[in-house]
Amino acid sequence: MLRSLKLGAAAMVVAAFLTACGDDDDGGSESNVDVQQSEDCATRTQEARDAGELEEVSLQLQWVSQAQFAGYYAAVAECYYVDEGLDVNIVEGGVDIVPQDVLASGDVDYAISWVPKVLGSIEQGAGITNVAQIFERSATTQISFKDKDIAGPEDLKGKNVGSWGFGNEWELFAGMQSADVQLEDINLVQQAFDMNAFLAGDIDAAQAMTYNEYAQVLETVNPETGELYTPEDLNVINWNDVGTAMLQDAIWATTEKLSDPDYEERTVKFIKASIKGWAFVRDNPEEAADIVAASGSELGQSHQLWMANEVNKLIWPSTNGVGYIDEEAWAQTVDIALNTKNETGATIISKEPPSSAYTNEYVEQALAELEEEGEDTIGADYEPIEVTLQEGGK
Amino acid sequence: MAQIWNRFRAVILGVLGVAAVVVTWDLYKALGPEEGVLVGDTRVLPRTTDLAMPHSWEMLQRFGDPVTGLPGAPDAFDAVFDASMFSLGLAARGWVIGVVVGLVLALVMSRLRIVESALLPWVILSQTVPLIAIAPLVRRWGSEITIFGHVWSSEDSVAVIAAYLAFFPVAVGALRGLKSPDATHLDLMRAYGVGWWRSLVTLRLPSSVPYLLPALRLAAASAVIGAVVAEVSIGLKGGLGRMVIDYAVAASGDPAKPWAPIFGAVAIGLVSAGAIGLLGLVLRPFRLTGASNG
Repeated sequence: MLRSLKLGAAAMVVAAFLTACGDDDDGGSESNVDVQQSEDCATRTQEARDAGELEEVSLQLQWVSQAQFAGYYAAVAECYYVDEGLDVNIVEGGVDIVPQDVLASGDVDYAISWVPKVLGSIEQGAGITNVAQIFERSATTQISFKDKDIAGPEDLKGKNVGSWGFGNEWELFAGMQSADVQLEDINLVQQAFDMNAFLAGDIDAAQAMTYNEYAQVLETVNPETGELYTPEDLNVINWNDVGTAMLQDAIWATTEKLSDPDYEERTVKFIKASIKGWAFVRDNPEEAADIVAASGSELGQSHQLWMANEVNKLIWPSTNGVGYIDEEAWAQTVDIALNTKNETGATIISKEPPSSAYTNEYVEQALAELEEEGEDTIGADYEPIEVTLQEGGK
Repeated sequence: MAQIWNRFRAVILGVLGVAAVVVTWDLYKALGPEEGVLVGDTRVLPRTTDLAMPHSWEMLQRFGDPVTGLPGAPDAFDAVFDASMFSLGLAARGWVIGVVVGLVLALVMSRLRIVESALLPWVILSQTVPLIAIAPLVRRWGSEITIFGHVWSSEDSVAVIAAYLAFFPVAVGALRGLKSPDATHLDLMRAYGVGWWRSLVTLRLPSSVPYLLPALRLAAASAVIGAVVAEVSIGLKGGLGRMVIDYAVAASGDPAKPWAPIFGAVAIGLVSAGAIGLLGLVLRPFRLTGASNG
């Protein structure tokens, strides 16, 4: 009796274990992002989709859902893409997902990635083109506590300097090189995703994105005061000021497909609607942060809003209109990629990138069309908002 | 009666084991040096600050608090529970695929010597390829596949990567088990003139059970690890792997939070090991026949 009971129970558990395989595909758990649209926009999207008026376009992000990409989410949520006849599918990144590789292999139509990271891929044969430089400024900084007295790259000498590596180290190395600090002069420390090593004092100057890690520090309680750390506690080396900034988030397209008039047209539409999305984020940072949060980002509310606001600062005000690739900034990025050596003596690229590496052809069209529609693509009087961070970014 | 007492004792010991870990954690946190224990420049025991080691009760408490400050955000417990179930489902799928593949490989290898010589090195070699190298490849290859109208999803990729880890112990263990019967028993079968198929069912399979059970348990553990790591690798949303990355942002400001998905992973590891334990109960009648007199 007891035995057959046991057998029955065992069989049931095994069956339950196995049926866990059956009920998959509830749709929401794919790497495709389900962007939260307003009811009105959701209906419009569905109608246009049913009528077969939309072209399907996929966009590979560099990382998981977060306000760093708020403009694209806003463009989906506010139907800017649908207005252009595009049905945009946002694909999240992951730790081992290299957007430019996914794009080059033809799995997606566009990808978001940093210029220096892609330059290396292009030299190795990836045929992709920068069609819109969304972030005009770099968000990479090196932060340190005031008592370490690190105000500029020249003060890094003899310090424990953190870096994530994997292509995030070049602005730091170029900055040090410009201040005549050699790699042997510092102790390079591999940095993790979190800022604990910095807070514990293992790292004197830590790498921090203005929109993420910098905020992580400001969300932490300072044990000495019992309050959160404040910007006054920190020194920030901003590579934009040092002059070794490199171009970051850009929209990349497949070079080969750009000879196809259909794809060219789609590219203009995609850039145009994306810029509109970023204009929405500029004017409504709170709403944009909420859209990203509702679309599956796990970041805390204040952290998300901080990120949206900081990303806005990287874009607005724009010198030549959002997306326009500034020749000088491009040349600076290429120059650093050619001439800065990392700890193994390697550079990102060994020769000038091909002329197909970037083009302003499509973004110019998009900007012209937006101007005609009366959209502000410069944001000359843009003012960032004040974001109050909560403990833990909640 | 004695049996019930044994069960009871096992439960008590289990609870005591967990309690011992918790007590050690908090005792070290209370008494250990703030800077941890260093041998030379190498830290052998961690710092005892709240950042590095949150109190055990804080980690527990964190489960009851909302994940984020957003209105309508679920409690951390609910979020971790959902993610755990999702990862467990993928691990189970990977486990089933891995077990089937492993068994088939073992059968073919035990049947034909030449196949064993040809395949076994590859089976072993397969485990030396780092998971993070194959994960993006599987996703990319998968994205070009459609099987009978089912479009390949990232979830399938994760299940396949979990299976990639899970098939190995099964293939090796089952092969060992299938070859384990005594020569005298095999000779007897031959003397009876029964074919390969019958001797497989009546002799080889039953006697492989004692080898198979630990292999299946190992496969379950591998499948869980494979699923979680693959989720991290390809950024699949919904499971524990992705949660580890998402919560890492809070490591400084809300140090108890990143521990939540780790406990989830421990829990599903225990659940899957438990499920295999129950499977062992089902296969119990065969356990004895396998061991030859001893």
